[in-house]
Amino acid sequence: MATIQESFKNMMDWVDDRLPVTHTYEKHMSKYYAPKNFNFWYIFGVLATVVLVNQLLTGIWLTMSYVPTGEGAFASVEYIMRDVDYGWILRYMHSTGASAFFVVVYLHMFRGLMYGSYKKPRELIWVLGMLIYLALMAEGFFGYLLPWGNMSYWGAQVIVSLAGAIPVVGEELAVWVRGDFNMSGVTLNRFFALHVVLVPLVLLVLVFLHILALHEVGSNNPDGVEIKDKVDDNGKPLDGVPFHPYYTIGHDLPGIVLFLIIFCAVMFFYPDGGGYLIEHPNYEPADPLKTPDLIAPVWYYTPFYSMLRAATFPLFGLTAKFWGLVVMAGAIAILFVVPWLDRSPVRSMRYKGLPSKIMLALFVISFFILGYLGTVHPTPGRTILAQVCTAVYFAYFLLMPWYTSVEKTKPVPERVTG
Amino acid sequence: MMRVFLVLMASWLFAPVVMGASSTYPLDPMAPDLNDKASLQRGLQTFMNYCFGCHSLQYQRYKRTAEDLGIPEDLMLEHIVFDPDVRIGELMKNAMSPDASKNWFGAPPPDLTLHTQLKGGPDWLYTYMRTFYIDESRPFGVNNLVFENVGMPHVLMDLQGIQRKGCRQIPKLAKNGGEMMDPLTHEYITEEKCGQDLLDRGYAPLALEEGSGKLSPEEYDQVIYDLTNFLYYTGDPSRQDRERIGVYVILFLAFFYVFARLLGREYEKEYH
Repeated sequence: MATIQESFKNMMDWVDDRLPVTHTYEKHMSKYYAPKNFNFWYIFGVLATVVLVNQLLTGIWLTMSYVPTGEGAFASVEYIMRDVDYGWILRYMHSTGASAFFVVVYLHMFRGLMYGSYKKPRELIWVLGMLIYLALMAEGFFGYLLPWGNMSYWGAQVIVSLAGAIPVVGEELAVWVRGDFNMSGVTLNRFFALHVVLVPLVLLVLVFLHILALHEVGSNNPDGVEIKDKVDDNGKPLDGVPFHPYYTIGHDLPGIVLFLIIFCAVMFFYPDGGGYLIEHPNYEPADPLKTPDLIAPVWYYTPFYSMLRAATFPLFGLTAKFWGLVVMAGAIAILFVVPWLDRSPVRSMRYKGLPSKIMLALFVISFFILGYLGTVHPTPGRTILAQVCTAVYFAYFLLMPWYTSVEKTKPVPERVTG
Repeated sequence: MMRVFLVLMASWLFAPVVMGASSTYPLDPMAPDLNDKASLQRGLQTFMNYCFGCHSLQYQRYKRTAEDLGIPEDLMLEHIVFDPDVRIGELMKNAMSPDASKNWFGAPPPDLTLHTQLKGGPDWLYTYMRTFYIDESRPFGVNNLVFENVGMPHVLMDLQGIQRKGCRQIPKLAKNGGEMMDPLTHEYITEEKCGQDLLDRGYAPLALEEGSGKLSPEEYDQVIYDLTNFLYYTGDPSRQDRERIGVYVILFLAFFYVFARLLGREYEKEYH
């Protein structure tokens, strides 16, 4: 009589002949070799996946009680908060998750910039990642309207009206996006459809491709050394360890638990994040006749919002608002071409020269300052600061071909360190 | 590296609050206490007697309020629910029509379920309800320091009494900036200050006409404290549950982290 193990093996053989389950598992988990020198910065990809799953699951349950109409949306959110059993936990997991998503994605992107994870042969991973970031921004934007609070309303109003700054077709375009002459229940309906169906599908496909592309070329590491160059007799990278279980349990599990501690601390004790995660004016229903004192987007968009406001003068017969839109779009678009701007012979910041390090530091500082400026009223002084920071932001990218090719780099070791 | 991570996360957590109410009048701090059921019950009573005629609590239910405040349902129906047709499971809506009230007040009185959340905390309401003063130029004869030219009458005036913008006795400042005190009696040495001088020193520039209200200033402050406390509760009625559960969740995760880390180290040993 066959033992249980034999029965299981027979069953798996039967399945594997028809669907490559074992092969896929080995390719992406147990025989996917990741560099053994991963550090703390290599947790954020996994955390982004954790948050994505959180958003999908809590989102599904929220839609069960949410009413996507101009008349019912605000009250239905309060219904979830009060009358649905543990509805408050679902809603706060989702709202805190939105901010957490951007925290981990920004740190994940910073890791990529720091260790040159976008450089050949990983350009496509970076581009797909940028598409994910773009989809995420859209997802956050559409989702932010759904509670139908006053800041939801006015925030969306400001951003959609930006389309109106485009010459000739602008106004028509804004009406087309809203489906109405003003923000209304019609807009809410379509944003709901986009938020819960279209963009999540796009996100899932992009995340799938991002991981597929990563596993095709293998992960980069803090040294920027290609581990596939040094393999043993079996073709296994000398400096690689199987992703599962060494990274899944050895590295990622403690990281995920630590992240959850911080996440839960926010969610259970500071769910509105002092007005940053849920803005105070959003505690009253959307009111087209009552503009909030300060219309500020949620924190994760504020750096780009600052750049938008930093354009204060018309040029070539086009309005300042239009140029603000161009600057903002350019700030995001330029991230896509980073793999081709970096001319350095080395990948990692560890072996790059001082100019690269200084520029990266200035870039991060300007991004933080722009982020802060986007949450406060503009003053003449703040506008100048925003303009300077915008210039620094673009200088980091536009000067990259120059400073990465002229600086003196350090020799890269043969094998990974640490 | 872990330290960098924690600092980054902490900066996200405890980012300073920059988005506050628009009024420039300094708000008196109010520390709510959701464990003080008696205070919450008194606040509910004040709300139903004085506010509910105009301001609904349309997202909150009578039943939930009774449960959370420890009020038996029959007592709630008898003493708090005025309309005999209203059942305990219903939302706390009132009978005022928004169209009519817009005519009367210029704007419909807002629903107050989420008011303390809207104002970023309870301080605004606590200060607002204590800073009405007589202003004959206004339709209802009163104005407010926190919300200038507000369209609301001072419904608690018979409790608080009449306040006028004017002068009052406040402690004199010594040369070193401290407040002067009589060394023998330990009483403040006071001087009369008015208007902006009072504000600069952190005092409301209002003087109460003595004996014009049913309550002493301390008793009135307590009424407003209770009312604010109650509306702080309605802003997020799950708050206490949330914080209680949160403690257990975080304790569990901290406990789990120890074992996850120990297990992780065993794996790390194999390749380092």
